[in-house]
Amino acid sequence: MGRTLAEKVWEQHVVRRAEGEPDLLYIDLHLIHEVTSPQAFDGLRMAGRKVRRPELTIATEDHNVPTVLGPISDPVSRTQVETLRKNCAEFGVRLHPMGDAGQGVVHIIGPQFGLTQPGMTIVCGDSHTSTHGAFGGIAFGIGTSEVEHVLATQTLPSYRPKTMAIEVSGELPVGVTAKDLILAIIAEIGTGGGQGHIVEYRGEAIRKLSMEGRMTICNMSIEAGARAGMIAPDETTFAYLKGRAHAPSGAAWDTAVEYWRSLRTDDDAVFDKVVQIDASTLTPFVTWGTNPGQGAPLDAAVPAPESFDDPIARSAAERALEYMDLKAGTPLREIAVDTVFVGSCTNGRIEDLRAAADILRGRRVVTRTLIVPGSMQVKRAAEEEGLHEVFKAAGAEWREAGCSMCLGMNPDTLSPGERSASTSNRNFEGRQGKGGRTHLVSPAVAAATAVTGRLTAPADL
Amino acid sequence: MDAFTTHTGRAVPLRRSNVDTDQIIPAVWLKQVSRTGFEKGLFSAWREDPSFVLNDPAYQGASILVSGPDFGTGSSREHAVWALQQYGFRAVISARFGDIFRSNSTKMGLLPVVLPGDTVEAIQAAVEADPSLELTVDLREREVRWGSEKAAFEIDDYTRWRLLEGLDDIGLTLRAADAITEYENGRQRWLPTTA
Repeated sequence: MGRTLAEKVWEQHVVRRAEGEPDLLYIDLHLIHEVTSPQAFDGLRMAGRKVRRPELTIATEDHNVPTVLGPISDPVSRTQVETLRKNCAEFGVRLHPMGDAGQGVVHIIGPQFGLTQPGMTIVCGDSHTSTHGAFGGIAFGIGTSEVEHVLATQTLPSYRPKTMAIEVSGELPVGVTAKDLILAIIAEIGTGGGQGHIVEYRGEAIRKLSMEGRMTICNMSIEAGARAGMIAPDETTFAYLKGRAHAPSGAAWDTAVEYWRSLRTDDDAVFDKVVQIDASTLTPFVTWGTNPGQGAPLDAAVPAPESFDDPIARSAAERALEYMDLKAGTPLREIAVDTVFVGSCTNGRIEDLRAAADILRGRRVVTRTLIVPGSMQVKRAAEEEGLHEVFKAAGAEWREAGCSMCLGMNPDTLSPGERSASTSNRNFEGRQGKGGRTHLVSPAVAAATAVTGRLTAPADL
Repeated sequence: MDAFTTHTGRAVPLRRSNVDTDQIIPAVWLKQVSRTGFEKGLFSAWREDPSFVLNDPAYQGASILVSGPDFGTGSSREHAVWALQQYGFRAVISARFGDIFRSNSTKMGLLPVVLPGDTVEAIQAAVEADPSLELTVDLREREVRWGSEKAAFEIDDYTRWRLLEGLDDIGLTLRAADAITEYENGRQRWLPTTA
């Protein structure tokens, strides 16, 4: 019987297999940031251990950093960032600090350096590590104990998750993006739908996505509960990688591409679970609740809790509507927002900024609007194209790179009761700041919403 | 890691689903560089509501959390496990856990117990009827016992053994140091380094 892509990549990385034990899996790349690493480095120090492979490790500062120029004013955040610097210096780990040309959100910089490649195993103390699976590797988030384990051994004991295929047939209609697709998938399968599985996204609609779009899809695999998401590498992948700083070059490029072409699910392979989605019927999709599965097409209205058969889903909807201060039956297009955020590891890449700029060109925003590039390199690229002028002319704020308003750990937050349309990945209670209310949207919907002040599709303008 | 063999204590019924790790410990608490002091941040937003179950005097001192499904979804923050442990919890019972949370728990010795949804509800109802009810979570026998009831739960042999013995994963892995070196010698040359 054939093997799935996930099985092939997994098997390639098994260091040791023993009956009744998890596989010992080799890790090709370990990404680090300031939040989930300090206690891991402390653990190494206490045990007198070193970083086994510092040259397979890279660090950046992202979660705590302010997105306006200047030092970190919060002393606790500053200490955390300084701790990362001290740890990287002591253990010999490459670091891209604030202000560095290579600094950015951890899941943006791996791909942009060409460090994220097909067939690799990649981990990071951050659940959105699933982003890197867009290149055809196995990439997943880990906790701090596991960060310490990878630092010390470059391996992780792990049971291979089950495999799941999400087959997306047809073509996304004009104006419908990767973000709409993944929000629709999560609403379909639920926040636990992928639990215990590595999801492989397949089908015509996936093949037609750019690498940026594929990263958006894989990024939010965790919101569907999956351990990881992946997409088989193809010409789009190779074209994105070619010429990047850490991509293979010369004869090694040809050898690598030959291997990468073998990284696809065999025709006779069997997945543990298969889900079918028709892309051609999708429309812009937004969330109305407090978990990423509580979403609906923008054309719809806020659902009534009674419309859910499952009592648990019903009570979750009741609670969500109360927190979100929404009434059942209100058309989603009538929901007014205070703030629009474009950025994050989900939608902070150049293509996302272009999509927002296309809407904002020649228009004015009526809400507070933060446009935050995912990395300093994305920022430079956007400025070379003049996108920053479009944003500024529209009245939006053009910021420095960082996680910004995705998670409420830096100065970019919502105030209690404030409502956002956000291109980030989580609409949890308080995620963007205590008492804040989040609607997850695509960059195009975010920009259109900034123009009208209400949840809006670009086609409405 | 703390070893876990069997634990008997009172329980708190948390009748919510999708209790994500942002609720268990909001992000502002993650700025600490130490491993201690996270109990103050446990459910800190929800605890501001006097009617939140953790504020109910009847459940003070409880050490087993009995939650709705999809507990610990979202962020990978191990701080969620530290916060639960430092507050005094030894085990969490739910019908389904977020994968990363579940893995983090077993690294730290907080036992994640998966039981069917109706069993979880039966335990919640029993605890609500009598908050002084004691539960026993028995990892050796892989079962939860309360009153005259009991329910078996599944956990793989390897994780169970590590928890029973309180073993440190890194120490176990380093026994395979030769195998790691051998694997490294065979890695493809084109694979990237950050150097």
